[in-house]
Amino acid sequence: MTFPKGKVIAVMGGSGCGKTTLFRIIGGALKPTKGHVKIDGQVIHDLSQQGLYEMRRKMGVLFQFGALFTDMSVFDNVAFQMREHTDLPEEIIHDLVMMKLNAVGLRATHGLMPAELSGGMARRVALARTVALDPMLILYDEPFAGLDPISLSVVGNLIRKLNDALGATSVIVTHDVQESMKIVDYNYFIDSGVIVAEGTPDEILASQKPYVRQFVNGEIDGPVPFHYPGGDYKNDLGVNA
Amino acid sequence: MPVVKTVRAIGHRTIDMVWRIGYASRFFALTLYYSGTSFRRFHLTAKEMFASGVMSLIIILVAGMFVGMVLGLQGYETLKRYGSESALGSLVALSLVRELGPVLAALLFASRAGSAMTAEIGLMKATEQIAAMEMMAVNPIARVIGPRFWAGLISMPLLSAMFSAMGVFGGYVVGVVVIGVDEGSFWSQMQSSVDFQHDVLNGVIKSFVFGVAVTAIALFEGFDAPPTAEGVSGATTRTVVESSLAILILDFILTAFMFRGD
Repeated sequence: MTFPKGKVIAVMGGSGCGKTTLFRIIGGALKPTKGHVKIDGQVIHDLSQQGLYEMRRKMGVLFQFGALFTDMSVFDNVAFQMREHTDLPEEIIHDLVMMKLNAVGLRATHGLMPAELSGGMARRVALARTVALDPMLILYDEPFAGLDPISLSVVGNLIRKLNDALGATSVIVTHDVQESMKIVDYNYFIDSGVIVAEGTPDEILASQKPYVRQFVNGEIDGPVPFHYPGGDYKNDLGVNA
Repeated sequence: MPVVKTVRAIGHRTIDMVWRIGYASRFFALTLYYSGTSFRRFHLTAKEMFASGVMSLIIILVAGMFVGMVLGLQGYETLKRYGSESALGSLVALSLVRELGPVLAALLFASRAGSAMTAEIGLMKATEQIAAMEMMAVNPIARVIGPRFWAGLISMPLLSAMFSAMGVFGGYVVGVVVIGVDEGSFWSQMQSSVDFQHDVLNGVIKSFVFGVAVTAIALFEGFDAPPTAEGVSGATTRTVVESSLAILILDFILTAFMFRGD
């Protein structure tokens, strides 16, 4: 897999196919058993902890449910990395936080606590926090999960716009075909840890590969079986006994 | 074969226990190693002192008051048999400063602040806040664990002192105000029998050691909690059980060293 600069790439696949594992490997949280992940010319899992932290400062990660710090206000959440990693004066941090929150349309929520936000709003605040230090690589873990249609479009558009504005590279780990097709440049489909299909959204939509067809059309049975592999049904019912 | 199964289960548990002790030791060593943040940015530690120390004040003060009142009643009943009611002040103060203050304050601290620390960190882990911090290149042991650890350590002796002070006041109220023990002898006996180094300082050392034990257990259990509802609730229970046992065992060991036959 390659993720070129400036592109938004989706990594798709069914539940349990290895999306989150891949996500963790890219972020340096797990070491791969085979192969390597190179970011900005450096092999991520060969880095020391200091080197890994240096690399992570150039990365932004959006977790599935936002992972906002619940004991901090919206403002403090977005300001968190600025305060931790820079010596910027508080007045400049204030302005930067307001700009980031304005970009996601939630400037007015800066005084609220995460518990006072809806799921979609929390995801947008988390997005503002993710891009707080203008990262070169942004990783999104299931950014569309559990959102209503309006929030879905808002978050999708923001991912695209923020990526273009920052000139960053975005990797979206998702199983939401419809929403991701609207915003990504390229797709990878993985199943059981291997790439089973790849291409631009148009190529994917036109693909005749059974796995892609089943996934895109949401068919119940196909290469991905409906039933979890197991013994004979009749045996379980005791009919053959 | 049930025997093989039993041996296997014992072996599995032993390996698990050894692994856990090693993991806990490493966690404790890293907490100390990354403690610089707790002092360089003392506001983080101060915030946690408020959460664990100041918020435990009410229960500590009320419990201290009632323990002192009970000591006043029971002590008076016993001392009266030997005609030594005037020694009530000594009995109340020595019991509190040497034993009851540090031990009961630590037990209450474990139940109130320790369980809260475990639940908070466990939930931070379950909601990926710890992972998010890691991905933001911020070490969670330095940022989350260190300040809480030092806040617990600083709070514990202070809470213990307040428990003892309130206990003495409770003993005074029951002994002097209600029962009518002579006020002068109550205070003078206390003054002459309580030695600063032997009694007060040893009590402070005890409460400091209990603070280390309770806070380290609470933080480790939270950090090691499986990221599920059952995982967090189990970790919280373990914190209270392990902390309580640790306090009582450490109390015996410390008492044996501090007050050998004198």
